Amino acid sequence: MRRDQPTHLPQSCITPEPVYRRRREVLQLLGLGAAALAAGCGSEAASPQAAAPETRVPDKSLDVASHVDDANGEAQTTYADATHYNNFYEFGTNKSDPAANSARFVAHPWSVEIAGLAEKTGRFTLEDILKGQALEERIYRMRCVEAWSMVIPWVGIPLANLLKRFKPLASAKYVAFTTVERPAQMPGLAYPVLDWPYREGLRMDEAMHPLTLLAVGMYGRDLPNQNGAPLRLVVPWKYGFKGIKSIVKIEFVERQPRTTWNLMAADEYGFYANVNPAVDHPRWSQKTERRIAGTGFNLFGNRIETLPFNGYAEQVAHLYAGMDLRKNF
Amino acid sequence: MLFRDRIAATKPLVFALCLLPFAHLVWDAMHGTLGPDPVAQLEHRSGDWALRLLLATLAITPLRKLTGWHKLIRFRRMLGLFAFFYVSVHLLIYLFVDLGGYWADIFEQIAKKPYITVGFAAWLLLIPLALTSTQAMMRRLGRNWQRLHRVAYLIALLGVLHYFWLVKADHREPALYLCIWIVLMLARLRVRSRPADELRRVAARLKI
Repeated sequence: MRRDQPTHLPQSCITPEPVYRRRREVLQLLGLGAAALAAGCGSEAASPQAAAPETRVPDKSLDVASHVDDANGEAQTTYADATHYNNFYEFGTNKSDPAANSARFVAHPWSVEIAGLAEKTGRFTLEDILKGQALEERIYRMRCVEAWSMVIPWVGIPLANLLKRFKPLASAKYVAFTTVERPAQMPGLAYPVLDWPYREGLRMDEAMHPLTLLAVGMYGRDLPNQNGAPLRLVVPWKYGFKGIKSIVKIEFVERQPRTTWNLMAADEYGFYANVNPAVDHPRWSQKTERRIAGTGFNLFGNRIETLPFNGYAEQVAHLYAGMDLRKNF
Repeated sequence: MLFRDRIAATKPLVFALCLLPFAHLVWDAMHGTLGPDPVAQLEHRSGDWALRLLLATLAITPLRKLTGWHKLIRFRRMLGLFAFFYVSVHLLIYLFVDLGGYWADIFEQIAKKPYITVGFAAWLLLIPLALTSTQAMMRRLGRNWQRLHRVAYLIALLGVLHYFWLVKADHREPALYLCIWIVLMLARLRVRSRPADELRRVAARLKI
């Protein structure tokens, strides 16, 4: 097992081996008795040869100008976990599919079409988009609508910095995003599980909020394909499905854009999709979440309470003042 | 000879096979190879096997009629009890490993969340079947035993619904289980036809 650790990562980012191993202990205890009963292989099976997924060698280390921990010092998810447990249906609907099926995806070169109600529109290369922008590291909580969560150090630029460059018109009230659609490189597209291409949207003030990040990397390195290379949205106070991946189009529009999961089941996935423990998903509770993070697996420790706006209420609650969040879920 | 007959000799093998998924799960748990979300893995894999064994149990009777290998019936109780075992493991993992300290939530979840409601109902309904699975109970209940154990079809359907309702978008796998359930149900209806009907059918065929 290789563990390459980029030198610029702060020590706090790296889960110490003993801590990492502790997550398995409870399961080991649980398993021991049962295994002895079941298979009679108790003693020799007990040696904890943890076979964590191999961490990939970094493509290149990103030049990060600033580091901000917006997750209150909470334990981070390991790189291996954050890159092997993904919802990216274009590569398949199992959590392990994106990592397994995205190797053929070509993320470079890349360009993004800027369209709609702005003074400057057109097609821009990724280099254009990032030119003159200092990359920032932001450690955010990521809460999936399926009631699990991670803590991930993203690298990117505030979306506002980019949007301002195109001088959106006053009539632009929303921003609509579209994911790339490449059937030859994305095997999941063969089955119409969602209405492809994947689309998402934000209200202009949400898009311009300083927490909203356009990420190009994570853990100090380029985004892996399965995490939305080369360019994805991160909106930490919303459910994960708002964080659209592999963006090829950004459009300024006047009316609230149609979004993929909302089209799929409007009663289950709202346009706003703000993390809200008080409003259950019709089929499951949103009160608590299972945290997938480095310190990991202990019997009672990895289920935690979900916070309003995923813990970012102080920064974003004012955006929704006067709105009925039960209706505008 | 150690065993009475071939079936008796095969039983330990089937028993071991049924236990294999559980042993595999325990093995993975001990070696930390359950992936990034071990709790979800424990739940999904125990649930998958619970459903598979429920359907396998229901497949015994149609298979007997189809193949004429009537001795298959002697595996049915074991399969059924293993189905109950996997459903119970599944529930225990949900309660103790997944929900963890949030005990109060369970009542709300059972009452409010349809997929939990049907899953829990399936487990409850399995209890009387497991308790009456012995030879003595079969004898004591007589014809009622068969009536009671027909609930197994409902239980399997509840299991399939439980799976259907928890999936977000890709319903291919639960749909496959539902298809199997429907096929078994249709086979059951055919199998249940009376001997007299059977005779009439054969007679009709001979005339052609």
